[in-house]
Amino acid sequence: MLHIKCPYCGTRSQNEFVYGGDATVKRPQLNKEVSDKEWDTFVYLRKSPRGKHLEFWQHISGCRQWIKVQRDTATHEIFKTLKPNEDI
Amino acid sequence: MPQDFRLDKIGLINRNKKISFKFNGKSYFGYEGDTLASALIANGVHLVGRSFKYHRPRGFFGAGVDEPYAIVQLYRNNETDPNARATEQELFEGLEAKSVNCWPSVNFDIGAINNFLNKFFPAGFYYKTFMWPRSFWYKVYEPFIRKAAGFGVASIKHDKERYEHKYEYCDLLITGSGPSGLASAYAAAKNGAKVILAEDKPRFGGSLLTSEVNIGNQSGKEWAENIITELKEMPNVIVRNRAQVFGYYDHNMLVMSERVNDHLAKSKKYSPKQRLWYIRAKEVVISSGSIERPLVFGNNDTPGVVLSSAAKEYLKVYGVLVGRNPLIFTNNDSGYETAIEFKKNGIWPIILDTRNNPNSEIIDEAKRMGIDIKFSHVVVAAKGYKKVKSAEIAKISEDKKKLGAIKNINCDCICVSGFWTPTIHLTSQSGNKTKFNEEIDAFVPGQSKQEETTVGSANGIFTLEETLKKSFEVGHQISKKITKNDNKVSIPTVVEKKFTKHDKFWCVPLPKEKKYKRFLDFQNDVAVTDVELALREGYRSIEHVKRYTTLGMATDQGKTSNLNGLQLVSDFENKIIPSVGHTTFRPPYTPVTIGAIVGREVGKHSKPTRKSPMHSWHEKHNAVFVDAGIWLRPRYYKQGNEGLFEASKREAENVRRNVGVCDVTTLGKIDIKGPDAAEFLNRVYTNAWLKLPVGKARYGVMLREDGIVMDDGTTTRISENHYHMTTTTAQAANVLSHLEYYLQIVWPELNVNVVSTTEQWAGAAIAGPKSRNVLQKLFPDIDISNEGLPFMGYVEGNLFGVYARIFRISFSGELAYEVNVESDNGNFMWEKIIDIGKEFLIQPYGTEALSTLRIEMGHVAGSELDGRTIPYDNGLQGLVSKKKDFIGKRSLNRSAFTAEDRQKVVGVVPLDKKTSIPEGSHLVKDANAKLPNPKLGHVSASCWSVEYNNPFSLAILRDGKNMIGQKLFALSPLKNKTIPVEIVSSHYVDPKGERVRS
Ligand SMILES: [Zn+2]
Repeated sequence: MLHIKCPYCGTRSQNEFVYGGDATVKRPQLNKEVSDKEWDTFVYLRKSPRGKHLEFWQHISGCRQWIKVQRDTATHEIFKTLKPNEDI
Repeated sequence: MPQDFRLDKIGLINRNKKISFKFNGKSYFGYEGDTLASALIANGVHLVGRSFKYHRPRGFFGAGVDEPYAIVQLYRNNETDPNARATEQELFEGLEAKSVNCWPSVNFDIGAINNFLNKFFPAGFYYKTFMWPRSFWYKVYEPFIRKAAGFGVASIKHDKERYEHKYEYCDLLITGSGPSGLASAYAAAKNGAKVILAEDKPRFGGSLLTSEVNIGNQSGKEWAENIITELKEMPNVIVRNRAQVFGYYDHNMLVMSERVNDHLAKSKKYSPKQRLWYIRAKEVVISSGSIERPLVFGNNDTPGVVLSSAAKEYLKVYGVLVGRNPLIFTNNDSGYETAIEFKKNGIWPIILDTRNNPNSEIIDEAKRMGIDIKFSHVVVAAKGYKKVKSAEIAKISEDKKKLGAIKNINCDCICVSGFWTPTIHLTSQSGNKTKFNEEIDAFVPGQSKQEETTVGSANGIFTLEETLKKSFEVGHQISKKITKNDNKVSIPTVVEKKFTKHDKFWCVPLPKEKKYKRFLDFQNDVAVTDVELALREGYRSIEHVKRYTTLGMATDQGKTSNLNGLQLVSDFENKIIPSVGHTTFRPPYTPVTIGAIVGREVGKHSKPTRKSPMHSWHEKHNAVFVDAGIWLRPRYYKQGNEGLFEASKREAENVRRNVGVCDVTTLGKIDIKGPDAAEFLNRVYTNAWLKLPVGKARYGVMLREDGIVMDDGTTTRISENHYHMTTTTAQAANVLSHLEYYLQIVWPELNVNVVSTTEQWAGAAIAGPKSRNVLQKLFPDIDISNEGLPFMGYVEGNLFGVYARIFRISFSGELAYEVNVESDNGNFMWEKIIDIGKEFLIQPYGTEALSTLRIEMGHVAGSELDGRTIPYDNGLQGLVSKKKDFIGKRSLNRSAFTAEDRQKVVGVVPLDKKTSIPEGSHLVKDANAKLPNPKLGHVSASCWSVEYNNPFSLAILRDGKNMIGQKLFALSPLKNKTIPVEIVSSHYVDPKGERVRS
């Protein structure tokens, strides 16, 4: 079970969190022309890297905040956790 | 009744307390402190089971966790446990155990015929023998394997025992209370660290219980007792015996199973049978010790062939002799310790040492005691079927390839010592890259990946002096890192005998023309020839060899067999072991009961149960409940002999004719506040929200980004910046996370807050043509006329002194209202509605009637919003704004979503107006078409239409908009039904929606 440091609450067990997908994906702006390809990439295409990955998690049984977690997908090592408006 | 194999003066058992027990129906006695194994051996019982494949007789091999043979079916307090290790099971009054894997009895076993047919059971025999013909698998092979193979039998009764889970945090978790564990625990605890010390055996001390050493001015055993006593009294230390740390997981999470009451005849009151500990440790010190390695020779599985260390443990801890005429077969000095203990107790052993004239203190001592030692000698084969009767021995050449003349000598046990294998299971599980240590022919810990340190013989250190010195240091250093304290304890002096080098010899060659079986894996019956065959057949990877031969795959996980298997592979391949590598160690280290893993989450406690505030009223009124997610909802209220069909029909008819009331507390409710709330809703929902006035509700549909409908519900504007959103029961949690995602990540600039209020409000839907009459009497002061409170209107009211929210919304398609009050007032509200509604013939209705009402009205719900449909499919395209952007809008342009023949919801009526259509049925054009019959759509929901008194279903059908009036077939292969149907509008009742506005 992973140990994840919520930037708001501190370090908690994985069972308080849910995984929320790739945190490097940016949603296209509203009311903006988006090509089929661009939209397709946003909705469907995800990399599945072996190694460092920036991902969203939600502290669902805690402060309910969405956070960013930089994790090694192979070793589960967590390098850094961030608030959603922070960058690595 | 004297015990033939029990000595009088030696041992740690309590001779004042006799314990009687039964094995295979026969009564015996032992003493408090015995294990089932020690008590049986004391009584001269050496035959405990039959082997897995060949059903060869099985005795005892070890004295603890590594035991491959003595697996028994255990009976305790009217329960039974399979696969109990007799070497670990402590004796209690009334214990009963039976042999497993033998039929009809351990002494006469029909399966043993396999032993004589063993050419049919070579490596990979499952793969080879049972493959053809294929049709034989279920009827012939599988039942045969099931009967002949396997060990114990799991109980099919509900386990009445209690199991617990516990979470704990500590600075240092120390796994094992031998000298290394005790020293590190003591040093760390004295330095202020929070320590957990876990010992899997009942007694603390590990090897100190059986070795002849001195620490300071005490014996090793006394030193261990004093350290444990002191540790137990320290407030920063948790000490547990009978506790096996069996798994090392990510981020230093370890799991330990504590056998709290297994050693007692009955669990103590308020105390669980077993407790599973989830321990998050800052640092882990692995002091798991080492396991003696067997030597491989002919018939080395015969009962009476035991590990030399086990023989010593039986003697020193239990006062039990594994034999009165022992042969010690060793390649190192450890065997001498056992021989000396025998001699001290008046038994004359013979030592066969594979080495040529080695020299050391302990060998000198054995010589001084007059023990018969034969150097450069080996056991070629054990003789005897159910117990060792003699041994064939021979001199072995210097290159260990040639045997001299074979002699037969009498003995009743053979104690083997093939040196020591560090127990690196936990270390390896932690991700540590283990490395091969040539000096000890075994893997030892290498580069750590998590915060762990291995000490003592688990780290390949076999002298007590070095073990203590390093372990005290490790305990001090690690605790210092955490506590920043620097309190050192002094390291005691050690008196121990110096050992000389062991011999790398491990497998005795077969004499000419002899075909003795030489076993590597004693539990799975894997012999040298099996592995050689696998290698000849081309298997190379040790992982493949393991799976093909089942080497190391039994419940003992190859604790005694792994290294010898590796030796064989590397000898055959002419490789050195490190390049062969070892197989992956996976948790659990020892078998863990399902009870311990499940803990208290059994039956109704496997998930929380949510109940509405009106639950007890429903119970009192004969509600039959149904699981709705984790909620319990009334499915129908039973009257007299009614079943589901009659009751739900009555309830639904009463809604259409008079008025009904339904508990809708379970609907998800989300409070939305903030100046940007309207803008936020406008982005979340597909329809327009900016112009919704205060005091009005609106139905909305929300999509995922891929254009699929996520959920639907009504949202009401309570005041300028305050909205009340409802979601479906099932999606409530997902919708909240979804909203939070967009507010926190995508549009943080929006000033909006969302919070779940599902549990804050109790809800009642009052539906039917007479609902206004009921409402008027509930709220006499409010104008609830069609003008005063129109469809989709909202007012607040006072329900006999209780604040209430009144929404004019409808799920049933009838004139309807939903009243919400604070949860604490839910029951009050409900009783008032029932009471006042009596004169209008009100009846409560459950989810079944609720479904009927919505299905025949064509209102889509979860069965249509199934995560695969877009608004159009559900007939909701009118709610999709063309003017504004919203979540998922861009996806709706996808060509499949705009295809001319896109699927759409329709109604389905059987032509005979009688046969109900099973949900999930496929709609096809030709019922007799060749398979696979092209599917046009599927039936999503079915009901008995109370309006028309015939079955009616909703379906999602390809080109639904052009299919009205078509005749198709509904096929349900599961129910074996073919039903001719007609496609009609999904709005079967009141297609213009006049009732809700009346
Ligand atoms: Zn948090």
